Amino acid sequence: MSSVAVAATPPAPAAASRTPWLLSAPAFTLFACLLLVPLALTAVLSFQVFDHATGVKNSFTLAHYAAVLTDDYYHGIFWRTLWISALTTLICVLVGAPEAYVLSRMRSPWRSILLLVVLAPLLVSVVVRAFGWSMLLGPEGVVNQAMRAVGLPSMRILYTEAAVVIALVHVMLPFMVIPVWTSLQKLDPGVEDAALSLQASHFTTLRRIIFPQVLPGILSGSLIVFGLSASAFAIPGLLGGRRLKMVATVVYDEYLHELNWPLGAAIALTLLLANLAIMLSYNRVLERSYKKSLG
Amino acid sequence: MSKNGPIALLFNALVIAFMLAPLVIVCVVAFTPGNTLAIPTTEFSLRWFRAVFAHSDFVQSFRNSLWLASISATLATVLAVPAGLAIARHTFPGRDFLNGLFLSPLIIPHLVLGVALLRTFSLIGATGSFFWLALAHVVIITPYVLRLVLASVEGSDRSAEQAALSLGASQATVFTRVTLPMILPGVTGGWLLAFINSFDEVTMSIFVTAPSTVTLPVRMYMYATESIDPLMAAVSALMVALTAVAMLVLDRIYGLDKILVGHK
Repeated sequence: MSSVAVAATPPAPAAASRTPWLLSAPAFTLFACLLLVPLALTAVLSFQVFDHATGVKNSFTLAHYAAVLTDDYYHGIFWRTLWISALTTLICVLVGAPEAYVLSRMRSPWRSILLLVVLAPLLVSVVVRAFGWSMLLGPEGVVNQAMRAVGLPSMRILYTEAAVVIALVHVMLPFMVIPVWTSLQKLDPGVEDAALSLQASHFTTLRRIIFPQVLPGILSGSLIVFGLSASAFAIPGLLGGRRLKMVATVVYDEYLHELNWPLGAAIALTLLLANLAIMLSYNRVLERSYKKSLG
Repeated sequence: MSKNGPIALLFNALVIAFMLAPLVIVCVVAFTPGNTLAIPTTEFSLRWFRAVFAHSDFVQSFRNSLWLASISATLATVLAVPAGLAIARHTFPGRDFLNGLFLSPLIIPHLVLGVALLRTFSLIGATGSFFWLALAHVVIITPYVLRLVLASVEGSDRSAEQAALSLGASQATVFTRVTLPMILPGVTGGWLLAFINSFDEVTMSIFVTAPSTVTLPVRMYMYATESIDPLMAAVSALMVALTAVAMLVLDRIYGLDKILVGHK
């Protein structure tokens, strides 16, 4: 800790360039050993031959990736993960962005209190939240009791895609509200007032003035929500039941039930790469359209 | 300030209700006197809370989680403070790489990290080791401390440090007497945020914990996949209460809105 280099005593150039590396060396060592090396080892593992009787072998094969890319079972899993994540993202945009806007227009004490109420579930374990939803959505849950009370037939929600999407929206909504809220804070209220005073309708003001300015917030929020939903584990594990698998729960099964680690590694890395590819291309397309809309 | 219309307020009320519903339900059901997950209507009982404390697995896992979160949050802070000072105060080759590397656990799915660490731990014979589990947690919670340290260092006044140095203070003295006190709210806020994230982590931990090191969320996950009874609700209610306390402390130390929404 002795080397906080400051301008008053300029150290020699060589020492100056060493200092920041020395300061970050402990963290870098840990991240190299427990992040970079494990990822590399997993990449190697995903190409290794697996035998159900003897386990992982020291020969290499593309079979695991071939299975992931050609087997209908895995196609189904990846497709389900994709559409559930996309739907979750869409609902989060449709609910989270207006919610951030409504919150930002609240009066002083309520504004921050309600913002915290919306964001606070972020700090409660996802297992607790998933369990809460399983009680709300179960056959004897609050939702079904309420439906029976008003004379509607009860529905099977728990262990369906609907339950997974509902709980995912609950977990992800704060990640949409935060970036939209941040962009709303940067907004100049004078511009909105100017539009209104120039006889723009409230809707036009929202569409032409507010929306374009919070668009970057919505976009970065959807990237986070999509990425986290696609790799969600506890929610599909607890609310999807045994049959309704998503990528993360399949990887878990391969690792801890089938013990086929190479295949599990291949699925996990495919998820990582697919996720990165979708996020990067989404980012690029949106950057382009954003540039276009700004002229 | 323009006011929200009735539709906007109704929408807001629905979203708030949606966000609170699962947390409220676990807290209410935890007080049921019966043996099934039902909302208590006439009688309330603490029997399921007593059952939690009599359930040695849950108590053991709670203890594991508490130790794990304390140790890994402290280690993460010890690593993130110097790294944050280096990144915020210096321009050097590799700065962007280090910054990206240290923040990357926020982007890499915990599932992938869990799988990768399980492989590594089994190769070096570290499965079931509490020490390596703690280091794994340090990796995933360091970004939370680092972000707050970076924000505090960037917001702190450098001329105070320069004044201390020009008055003959050693660099160690400058750090302990000037720099650290200035960034302390960010450091403690980061520690608590790291603690909460370590305490709540389930996806990575489920791959790298052994029966003796199982954390509370992992124990709860496994319990919930096998049986569902009010015991689970009582544990959940305790966790909600604990999180609420942590949030109050966090709010006092650093400002909860600043941590959740980011600094301005």
